[in-house]
Amino acid sequence: MDDSDDGRQQPGPLIVPGVSNMGLGAGQMPGSFGTTGRGPKLLTGGGGRATAISTASTLVVIAALVAVFLLAPGSAQVRHTFFDPTDMWQSFIGNPKKGYYSVGEAIWLNIRMFCVAEVLILIVALVIALVRQSTTPVLFPLRVLGVIYVDFFRGVPLLLVIFAIGFGVPALDLPFVSKLPLAVYGVAALVLSYSAYVSEVYRAGLNSVHRSQVAAARSLGLSQWTAMRYVILPQAVRNIIPPLLNDFISLQKDTALVGVLGAIEANNAAQIYGSTVFNYSSFTVAAILFLLLTIPLARFTDHLIDRDRRRRLAGATV
Amino acid sequence: MSMQNGGAEPARPDGTEAIRIEGLHKSFGPNEVLKGVDLSVATHEVVCLIGASGSGKSTLLRCANLLEPIDAGTIWLWGRQITGAGIDQNLVRRHIGIVFQSYNLFPHMTVLRNVTLAPVKVLRTSRAQAEDEARALLDRFGLAGKASDYPDRLSGGQQQRVAIVRALAMKPQIMLLDEVTSALDPELVAEVLDVIRELAAGGMTMLIATHEMGFARDIARRVCFLEEGRIIEDAPPAELFTSPKDERTQRFLRRIVDAGRL
Repeated sequence: MDDSDDGRQQPGPLIVPGVSNMGLGAGQMPGSFGTTGRGPKLLTGGGGRATAISTASTLVVIAALVAVFLLAPGSAQVRHTFFDPTDMWQSFIGNPKKGYYSVGEAIWLNIRMFCVAEVLILIVALVIALVRQSTTPVLFPLRVLGVIYVDFFRGVPLLLVIFAIGFGVPALDLPFVSKLPLAVYGVAALVLSYSAYVSEVYRAGLNSVHRSQVAAARSLGLSQWTAMRYVILPQAVRNIIPPLLNDFISLQKDTALVGVLGAIEANNAAQIYGSTVFNYSSFTVAAILFLLLTIPLARFTDHLIDRDRRRRLAGATV
Repeated sequence: MSMQNGGAEPARPDGTEAIRIEGLHKSFGPNEVLKGVDLSVATHEVVCLIGASGSGKSTLLRCANLLEPIDAGTIWLWGRQITGAGIDQNLVRRHIGIVFQSYNLFPHMTVLRNVTLAPVKVLRTSRAQAEDEARALLDRFGLAGKASDYPDRLSGGQQQRVAIVRALAMKPQIMLLDEVTSALDPELVAEVLDVIRELAAGGMTMLIATHEMGFARDIARRVCFLEEGRIIEDAPPAELFTSPKDERTQRFLRRIVDAGRL
């Protein structure tokens, strides 16, 4: 960690000439990516001057991007098509009489699909990971199935899985399972696909717990399952919370793919608005709503990573 | 449990055979670590295993606790065979405590949870009773104030004493100690050795792999010298340390003396 921090700090004086002469000690390099010993942060220490420099450079970059956007030849057209305030509001609240749905309401379907899928994925993926990690000879066929499952669903694009489940299962015309709401097939496809990824995350976590922990647990007479349940799994899960949340941020966005089945989720509602009114500001609304969902989860992930690092540092200093 | 008599009971073998190992072979891949080990430890007896690193001491202990599957040989616990098919390993392990060089405490649990986990989950002791017993043990080994701490807050010596308490909480009849002081700073060794001395005084049957020759000489009734997966010499410490018979034992002890460790 420290090495990479140093590496990023080195160019500081080169980018901002003169700063290296500003009376800072030799070991105290200024830079826009400072470190406080708690790992890198976007904006940290180095005093008011560093903050001022980073704020200024950020403003310059944003101003440049906005200028390019506003001065581009097609700017007015793009602003009208994608950022029209009236259309954004209209698509947000929806109007069934005019043939389009509320994007603001449709996002709730994304949220519901995400919440249900997340819980199921956590369970299914754990079962797959435990089966694949098992050593019992009896479970050999299941282990093989686990490998095939993960290889298959990691290899097939999620969109194809959604098509296959969403159109295939209703077409089979089975009792009960063929007449469910579209979102249910979408969730099923998300669970099938994401469980393959998440089971690998679990497996990495299980492997990250040192073998000596298993030995210690088993030596006390704990069965394989009890050792897994109380000793190995809690440590494994702790290690994989950041990558798990990362996958879930991705899952939040991928609920939008279920729209291809015709379910009225945010992306589909935006598309319907666009093809009805011929204005795509509805997509901007959908994008903003997705950002409002994913950014808190991303910040929460960062917070957990940071807290974990602080804990480890605290443990190491004792 | 004999230990509960404290120092009252004399630590003298009573003639029954606690553990018996015959013709034990163990390989890791092409590397044969144990090449036919025969060893017997009587009840209340303390036997030390000495030998260079890689001589097979740790592997022997891990095999005795069934943590490593053995390739050939037989192990008996009080006359009952514990190797071979149809053995409930979890049941066997309840009677044999093992303490590792690197403590191997559970880092996500407090000291108290570390100690009570196995009694509660394996022996089905009630949590309240398990905690009472754990606190009594922690108290006895000078860890009274540490019950609610996490292991990474403790010194190496404290962690190793917790590891010993954790094994004792299962009321084992035999303790296997695998170089329990090797990972400790020199000034922390004594506090752990004192704990082991107390166990020996209480009559605990122990098989101890150690590099602490002075300690082995004090505490052991017999000392076994291992080299290349075989027990080369097995004798009372007075005999083995002063007039070793085998030339290989002599060579090993000379190196130890030269290093100033005896």
